[in-house]
Amino acid sequence: MAAYDLSIPISEQEIRALHVGDTVRLDGVIVTGRDAAHKYMIENFVRAAETPVSEQALYQELLRLLKGGVIYHCGPVVRQRKDGSWEFVAAGPTTSIREEPYQADVITHFGMRGVIGKGGMGASTLQACQDYGAAYFHAVGGAASLIADSVKQVVSVYKKEEFGVPEAFWVIRVEGFPVVVTMDSHGQSIHDQVEAASRVKLHELMES
Amino acid sequence: MENLAESLLELVRLASTSLPADVEATLRAACDREAPGSAAAGALETILENVQLARQKSTPVCQDTGTPIFYLYCPPGVSSRSLREQVEAAVAEATRRSYLRPNAVDSLTGRNSGNNLGLGYPTFHFEEWGEPYLQVDLLLKGGGSENVCAQYKLPHAALKAGRDLEGVRRVVLDAVYQAQGKGCAPGVLGIAVGGDRGGGYVHAKEQLFRPLGDTNPIPELAALEERLFEECNELAIGPMGFGGKTTVLAVKIGAYHRLPACYFVTVAYMCWACRRARMVVRDGKVSFSQQEGV
Repeated sequence: MAAYDLSIPISEQEIRALHVGDTVRLDGVIVTGRDAAHKYMIENFVRAAETPVSEQALYQELLRLLKGGVIYHCGPVVRQRKDGSWEFVAAGPTTSIREEPYQADVITHFGMRGVIGKGGMGASTLQACQDYGAAYFHAVGGAASLIADSVKQVVSVYKKEEFGVPEAFWVIRVEGFPVVVTMDSHGQSIHDQVEAASRVKLHELMES
Repeated sequence: MENLAESLLELVRLASTSLPADVEATLRAACDREAPGSAAAGALETILENVQLARQKSTPVCQDTGTPIFYLYCPPGVSSRSLREQVEAAVAEATRRSYLRPNAVDSLTGRNSGNNLGLGYPTFHFEEWGEPYLQVDLLLKGGGSENVCAQYKLPHAALKAGRDLEGVRRVVLDAVYQAQGKGCAPGVLGIAVGGDRGGGYVHAKEQLFRPLGDTNPIPELAALEERLFEECNELAIGPMGFGGKTTVLAVKIGAYHRLPACYFVTVAYMCWACRRARMVVRDGKVSFSQQEGV
């Protein structure tokens, strides 16, 4: 297990150096996106014959932000300051597996280098991490106030009215965002390892 | 009943921002048991640091402030309609103050109501009781843990689970295995044996109000709680599913009568952030607590 500091955008070489169990502190601009956001990206950009004109501006912005970038599965608690700017109050990860049907396509379409979430993801995301050169970064579920402390600025927000606060795309600048690599670009997944070991133990307990 | 708006707001703030002392102490003991330097220990250290920070800054322990689940125990003559309105007003105000995330989404349009109010939202359970005081218990239960809850119908052939406590044991182990780290392990298990399907979940969630260190007054259930606590931890799923010694923090079981034809086992999985708080109104005086059980 090694410890790394990575700045976004991240290079393929930097990702290939990571292995499961490594701890990473992330700096730079990341984008939150969860259930509604992934469904939206798939329907309007990834699998759409043509991107609707009304969505072109956001598409260009996401292409720019996610190239070498990171998406964060998170629905934050936010507060609006008197000057209209936003502040993250609580911002831990949400369960990632719900995005499994979409994640591999989103990673390759946008050229992402990582996903932050919790609970791990499945075989198709792991494959995309291996093929493209990306990693799954696990944040500590529920560590919301602590993680909010590493969010230094809310740069912008998209789709807040349409998707609601938890589901919007929040563009945030983070410093020292603490994560653990639980799926790497070499086909390894801590989640698969723990599940397999616990299955063996479960069978033992069922026989006792 | 007098105007309780401010007190109810404080109840919500307390539940969201301050983890109960028994839960925090259990997490701390778990952290000391994990191997130093392991991912499990690291996750628990982060959790404990976060709990302190949230309390100090009065910000939510977890950004998923969950479904606010209210259990209200009313003395005779108290209007449940008036209470409901006051609770709803407090929930909306708590959302405005960022103690709660706006979480109520219209299932048909996908629109978020923005204030945590909606059809069947938040959740209320009213009960008139013989005590001369009003008690309001609040549990904030997040979506990650709600998604890994499970209800089993016994007998269950694949798990070789019959209609007895051994069958209950088998399906609970399966539920914890299926959940892995996805419900934000280490979890607290509230389990109901019996009831109809709806009542099973209500009773299972009631178990989550019990202090983690209490002993079930029914000896068979106390023994099963203890055995399941040991065995769930032997699965070694660990904090966040990173592997480790702490997979559950406690197991609490209640039993309801059931139909002859039905034998349900309901597992309400609560994340480590077992956010509960209680408010008591006695002789016009309001007090709060986070440790005593139902």
